[in-house]
Amino acid sequence: MSDAAASPAPRGSVTVARRATRARVLVALSPVVALAVTLAIGSLFVLAIGEHPLEIWGLMARQALGTGYGLGQTLFKATPLVYTGLAVALAFRAGLFNIGVEGQLYLGGFAAALAGVACAGLPAWLALPLSLAAAAAAGLVWGGVPGVLKARFGSHEVINSIMLNFVAMALASFLGRPHFEPATVRTADIAAGAQLARLDVLIPALRGSPANLALPLGLLLAAAVGALLFQSRLGFELRAVGLNPAAAEYGGIRVGRTQALAMALSGAIAGLGGANFVNGYKHYFELGFSAGAGYLGIAVALIGRSTPLGVVLAALFFGALSYGGLVVNQRVPKELVEMLQGLVILVAIGAQQVMERLARRLG
Amino acid sequence: MEVLLFAAAALRISVPYAFAAVGATFSERGGVINIALEGIMLNAALAYVLAASALPNPWLALAAAVAAGVATAALHALVTVSLKADQITSGLGINLLSAGLTRFVLRQVFQSSSNSPRVVGLPEWHVPGLGDLAGIGPLLGTPLFLAVLAAVPLAQWTLFRSVFGLRLRTLGERPEAAATVGLGVARLRTAGVLLSGAFAGLAGAWLASEQHSFTDQMTGGRGYIAIAAMIVGRWTPAGAAAACLLFGAAEALQIALQGSAFPAELLQMLPYLVTMLVLAGFIGRSIAPRAIGVPYDPEST
Repeated sequence: MSDAAASPAPRGSVTVARRATRARVLVALSPVVALAVTLAIGSLFVLAIGEHPLEIWGLMARQALGTGYGLGQTLFKATPLVYTGLAVALAFRAGLFNIGVEGQLYLGGFAAALAGVACAGLPAWLALPLSLAAAAAAGLVWGGVPGVLKARFGSHEVINSIMLNFVAMALASFLGRPHFEPATVRTADIAAGAQLARLDVLIPALRGSPANLALPLGLLLAAAVGALLFQSRLGFELRAVGLNPAAAEYGGIRVGRTQALAMALSGAIAGLGGANFVNGYKHYFELGFSAGAGYLGIAVALIGRSTPLGVVLAALFFGALSYGGLVVNQRVPKELVEMLQGLVILVAIGAQQVMERLARRLG
Repeated sequence: MEVLLFAAAALRISVPYAFAAVGATFSERGGVINIALEGIMLNAALAYVLAASALPNPWLALAAAVAAGVATAALHALVTVSLKADQITSGLGINLLSAGLTRFVLRQVFQSSSNSPRVVGLPEWHVPGLGDLAGIGPLLGTPLFLAVLAAVPLAQWTLFRSVFGLRLRTLGERPEAAATVGLGVARLRTAGVLLSGAFAGLAGAWLASEQHSFTDQMTGGRGYIAIAAMIVGRWTPAGAAAACLLFGAAEALQIALQGSAFPAELLQMLPYLVTMLVLAGFIGRSIAPRAIGVPYDPEST
């Protein structure tokens, strides 16, 4: 602790500013603290089954980041998390909790596949945008419903979006049945024109990995979300509603409309995330494909502190963790990683509270 | 005959929902949203199976399940009441953590990624006279079924007629008022969350005992259905139990219609859609406790 905090020195403006900076740094550091604590707890589990934690983490890092193929796998696993993390972050900024990202992602993938199959014979410049637009539209509707219900009836977006996650699962199964290949739960392959190319076409080092153009698309989207949030009028209104709805209303912002719009946009982003699997990897929709990537988006947004750059970095971290878990599966059950993905959420929100309290005490 | 069998099936399906939903009213009326039910039930079901495979007595396994439920709920209370972090995020984190943890333990202990070996279930008694009724008879001799029958009125009375219930509900509406008259907000809220954990623990024990094993993700979203039932039942134990019966009947119907042309998915969606309609005020109106979801921080009031 430095002298500025310890001594009752003159409360000049310089000192106050320095204290404020320190408080902000402390809070900004909380995701790092959270990751460290989570890995420490994970280490205890690794120790408990008789393995060496540092060796396991090292092996995971080397395999997930150190080889071209491993890096490609990491990027592939990170891709949907970029989308779902951005979706959650955008809603967070508007003071809304979009816990329905899983369902929006799922139906986005479903719509991308149905549109992609229907585009047979169309050129890529038409087929791909159509398929992606279908994904975004499905997510937009699925995210927009709880947004509108909140704006119109004041019903809690969290409960409604949880309910819609389950409805989405049943709906895709119901609507999909006529489209599924015989004796399977997958659609036919989408048109060649609607497929996203693998990244190893451009970067030979990633050879064999399923990373695809959905990733650079997601990075562009991150930049766009950043511009929307911090450089546009809508973004300003959105953040104003998130910080203080009453003040925003007083300032002339239509709170309900902004909330509904934020949820719809969030849903559209999540829906687009379905492209990674459907347009970029398997080229079909399959029941259950989302496999929790939506829920994990919440962890990504928390660790990324709801900033676009933070979300991208957190998505890469979780992508590496997911692939790393598969690599060490022979020595440590890969289920350890699933456990840590849940744990990190608890630790992250706990750490943020602790750091904020610490910052208040120092400030 | 057919009717009795159907009723018994519906009741059986409703039991875990009812335990979890009735318990949740204690957490939520105290002001703590508990979407961690899914994870609590899952951990409890695993605890039942672990204990039942190691100990000779299924009642000890039941106790283990309740203990695991309370322990998981304690984690929720630690994060939301002591650390004052967001309740929904905490619940979700616990659900993901529990899904991973139970898989991890399943792999380590039973060397399987899907299921445990068969374990003993809770005993069933034969009720003289009624015991021979089709479907319903065996149910009347099932201890946890009788327990849930007793729990609903008891919980209703506790929440609305006892001093503890009155205090708990004050916390969910006006915690600052409760603190002013000297109630320990943190302690009482924690009690509500732990009670909810014990009930959800019973729900997990029921699932494991009925199935005689643990399977990966065996709760299958039941925790969320219980939350939905609690909302439809307007945050009251009796209402929650009634909603559980409705949802249980829909599920029993879905099973009965299997193989017919009727699409099962439409019935599957029913609990969720009903909940959304109730929340929006189309079917009655369900209003949450006023201070629900808001951590109590004396410094900020």
